[in-house]
Amino acid sequence: MSAILDILASASFWAAALRIATPLMFGVLGALICERSGVLNLGIEGIFTAGAMAGWLAVHLGADLWTGVLAAALTGAVFGLLLALLTVPLGLSQHVAGIGVTLLATSLAYFTYRVVLPTASTPPRIEPFGPVRLPVLSDLPFLGPALFSQTPLTFLALTLFGLVAFVLYRTPLGLAIRAAGENPAAVEAQGLDVHLVRIGAVVTGSAVMALGGAFLTMSAFNAFFFEMTGGRGWICIALTVFASWRPGKALLGAILFGAFDAFQLRLQHEVAGAVPSQVFLMLPYLLSIAALCLVARRADYPKALMIPYVKGQR
Amino acid sequence: MSLPALRIRGVTKRFGPLVANEAVDLDLARGEILALLGENGAGKTTLMNILFGHYVADEGTIEVADEAGALRPLPAGSPGAALAAGIGMVHQHFALAESLSVIENVVLGTRPLLAPGLGLRAARRRLDTLMRDSGLRVDPNRRVGALGVGEKQRVEILKVLHRGARILVLDEPTAVLAPQEAEQLFGILRRLRGQGLSVIFISHKLGEVAALADRVAVLRAGRKVADQPVAGADKTALAALMVGREVVPSRRVPQAPGPALLVLDRVSVPGERGRPGLVEASLTIHGGEILGIAGVSGNGQAELAGLLAGMKTSSVGTVRLAGQAIPPGPAGAVASGIGRIPEDRHRDGAVGSLGVAENLALETLSSPDVQRWGFLRFGRMRETASRAISAYDIRCPGPEAPVRLLSGGNMQKVILARAFESHPRLVLADQPTRGLDVGAAGEVHRRLLEARNRGAGILLISEDLDELLAISDRIAVMAGGRLSEPQAVENVTLAELGLKMAASGTGQDRAAA
Repeated sequence: MSAILDILASASFWAAALRIATPLMFGVLGALICERSGVLNLGIEGIFTAGAMAGWLAVHLGADLWTGVLAAALTGAVFGLLLALLTVPLGLSQHVAGIGVTLLATSLAYFTYRVVLPTASTPPRIEPFGPVRLPVLSDLPFLGPALFSQTPLTFLALTLFGLVAFVLYRTPLGLAIRAAGENPAAVEAQGLDVHLVRIGAVVTGSAVMALGGAFLTMSAFNAFFFEMTGGRGWICIALTVFASWRPGKALLGAILFGAFDAFQLRLQHEVAGAVPSQVFLMLPYLLSIAALCLVARRADYPKALMIPYVKGQR
Repeated sequence: MSLPALRIRGVTKRFGPLVANEAVDLDLARGEILALLGENGAGKTTLMNILFGHYVADEGTIEVADEAGALRPLPAGSPGAALAAGIGMVHQHFALAESLSVIENVVLGTRPLLAPGLGLRAARRRLDTLMRDSGLRVDPNRRVGALGVGEKQRVEILKVLHRGARILVLDEPTAVLAPQEAEQLFGILRRLRGQGLSVIFISHKLGEVAALADRVAVLRAGRKVADQPVAGADKTALAALMVGREVVPSRRVPQAPGPALLVLDRVSVPGERGRPGLVEASLTIHGGEILGIAGVSGNGQAELAGLLAGMKTSSVGTVRLAGQAIPPGPAGAVASGIGRIPEDRHRDGAVGSLGVAENLALETLSSPDVQRWGFLRFGRMRETASRAISAYDIRCPGPEAPVRLLSGGNMQKVILARAFESHPRLVLADQPTRGLDVGAAGEVHRRLLEARNRGAGILLISEDLDELLAISDRIAVMAGGRLSEPQAVENVTLAELGLKMAASGTGQDRAAA
């Protein structure tokens, strides 16, 4: 018991939680933008992989880190556009199109990796983002090392949450996105183009998702390797439901999951040998399922989610 | 009155081989209420959807007056352009986002998408003025999903006014309203007319047209067949124009009721989703009478109908049909001789992908006319279906045609045939003419009266008071899950029914009235 408390009271634990949560923050935020407009983006897992690949590749080929981030976002936007064209104007099944995009994006990322490095047996490393020091904040006792010793991408993710929440709830654009996910006929009747709103949301959301992938190669593992996303995209889809499609709760959910994961890593150390390590690996997922059961039962989902809008049909 | 607001010339619209509108001309003056009258499928809604840019006409021109009063051509196929030209449309199915607030629904699309703020404060001020001027009251901060139907309609009209519309199009606005609410709406529309708004009012109810409109245009099969002032227009003549032949309303000949058939004694059925359900209802239906149940939907009618159809069970009270308990379940209801005409024919009445013959056989699967040794007898089923098709005048390509391809009226005839061909003792008719045009509704009334005359008891649940007064022997009102004491139709007035419908009840629709 005291071991658990020790873990929770250590600054390094919270720093790790925030670090682990960062890719999920990008992912859940991207998924939220798409779904609020009425499109389920199951391309997320592939977009993660493609973003990780694009960011890493740009830096590996000599670009600077922020150019790599931009490359990842653009890659995400391109796959987002593909998904949007399939699901919005063509109105195809969002499940099938999304899984298709995941398979395509993942395979293309692996393919590119092999084309660029036909013979490499160990993935080449890049010089990743280092932690930024914020004046005053980073020097606070406990809070400084716990919250304010992160890499720039984590702070970017946190900033994006504020920005997206503002746009969604305080601007005409956000209102149009929310209405498009709720009742597209209402958007059309007010003279706006439903398809344009949805395509825009999916492209933007996908670009944000790809940043989560970029974090993995450019801030966490410093290299690209196969299977590196490890289902984080799917976790984000679940987190969106957990968050009832609200940015604030989405941030909370991502951090909660990050904390679970950081916690099990430390717990493995504490009781090494007594319990198989796989049990601990399972822990965050089990806790996520439990949290979902508690929170998501009465989730107020966007009413037009997954329903294609065809003009002139009701 | 002579300033033009809208001029439509020669509008033609085809959907494949179907001509929805053919060379339609229509004029609308400033401050005029025009009723667009016609049966279902006559092309009223199509014409208005062309006006609002949901469809593009194949031929013809539309001109709309600008603020200075000069007619300008309206770009086709763009709701945005229609809105900019001052046209606002309130669809039959509301175009509202339920999880957003009233004010958010009103400002949606009124500011450039990339504007930094929603401008809610200014919008709220403007909305306050509009509400004062028009008499349309609704709380701007409430979530639209929490509003009643009447309030939602007010939000739709406010949306249009907020845009500064000069032409308001209403597609069958009274279909969802109680009589008092409809009366209120008419008052508001007259007031808006006084302020210079032009209104196009789509309807197939002659009474409303006479009560509200200045002028009436009648559409039949896509063509305009009449256009005249309402003053001096003859209702029966308009009905004939609408249907294309003489309409003979069904006449109820009073007859002495038979013995008590169905007896409900203090029966309660729990409601769903916060609705009141059925609360301690007592009721007796005799053979050879039609008992009408008036009331706004959602006040317990679904529970009463579900109970008799075997789809719901009562929590307390007893139900007896000719002195016997009804066996549980839908099969029990059918076996005890209850013929059922459900409220939602698409969901509960018919299986869209199955043929006419198969749908007719659905309630009698174990009868020797349908199966032998567990195998379907297609020959017999087809024969039965062919007989029903000619007897009930079901317009369809044949006994095998999937019923989803049939029009609403013809699908209803299939259900009528199924219900009546087994010679039921009791008929449960739940909103049997909803969505049907005058011709098909008349056929339903004729069949119900026929069954009554041969001694069946009929429970007619309807929101259409004219229908109830025309064919019921006695009428009870349902409000808030409770049934009023039934009264002989001769002693009932429309005003009295309306009052009872509005009394108690859930009241949510009228709370903000």
